[in-house]
Amino acid sequence: MTLDKNLNILIVDDYKTMLRIIRNLLKQLDFSNIDEATDGGAALARLKEKSYGLVISDWNMAPMTGLDLLRAVRADSTLQALPFIMITAESKTENVVAAKEAGVNNYIVKPFNAETLRTKISSVLCA
Amino acid sequence: MPGTGTSKADLHSRLEELHRRYGETVPLSELVDLARRLLERLHDEVSLRDRDVYRELAALGRYISRAKEEIRSIHPDDISAEHIPTANVELDAIVQHLEAATGSILDATETIEAVAAETSGEAGQRLQEAVTAIYEACNFQDISGQRITKVIATLKTIERRIGMLVGALGPSAVNSPEKVETPPPNCDLHLLNGPQLPDNANSQAEIDALLASFD
Repeated sequence: MTLDKNLNILIVDDYKTMLRIIRNLLKQLDFSNIDEATDGGAALARLKEKSYGLVISDWNMAPMTGLDLLRAVRADSTLQALPFIMITAESKTENVVAAKEAGVNNYIVKPFNAETLRTKISSVLCA
Repeated sequence: MPGTGTSKADLHSRLEELHRRYGETVPLSELVDLARRLLERLHDEVSLRDRDVYRELAALGRYISRAKEEIRSIHPDDISAEHIPTANVELDAIVQHLEAATGSILDATETIEAVAAETSGEAGQRLQEAVTAIYEACNFQDISGQRITKVIATLKTIERRIGMLVGALGPSAVNSPEKVETPPPNCDLHLLNGPQLPDNANSQAEIDALLASFD
């Protein structure tokens, strides 16, 4: 299955550097429609304004965490099927289990590389 | 002194003897005698216990007094008022420097990437790979920032504990303690662990296996 490179992607991280890195790596993968948000609340507002095909979110943000964002997405009937990848430094088993139970599609642990990002996006979008 | 009254065994024998001798109708004079012996016995025991308690309390008092002196000698008010705030400021500065430095690295890398796009052949490809490697390496800023945030949180906890200790010592010892802040209610707080040290961290492969176990 071919990936739709015109897909709208929302990246969420409270570190502007990380937003920039993820955006640049996505551009290298030929994705160009990329929006950014710096916390879960701002991301949720964007998701309600515009149609997205993928969310890539950090976990540890304030005031609304990535896990809270994921739960809000899954609880919203218009967003609940939205592919959601968590990219986070939270690598404990309890975190992965909590994210999976909340409905995450895939989980990338920081620090990550471009190949991992590419593989996980393909896996989620081609599932 | 123990033994000035009747011993426990003596009292027990006396009770049995009275029961044997009088059954259910023990004379009042015998009961009065028994009560007197019992009171003497209790007086001996209570006095002994009181003395032990007094000794222990005195030792505890001396221990607390020594502990207060030792705590005063390390100037806990300086730790709260000066050392920890200074450490926090320094750590905040590190975070800001890391962010600024990473921003500069990314500026330069994006320029190289633009040049790589205009460079044909193997040289362009090698430049592009190098650019990707730099982007990947710049993850360090986020990870380092989160680690430093954890250290700052630990310092704040130490600061609060010292404040509580100072409060327990009383105003004569050091400055009055700050009010202990309680974190906002969030049932997922236990999941905000931040980056793990290598020995505790799950690798990407382990996380993949864990996720796959749900399927």
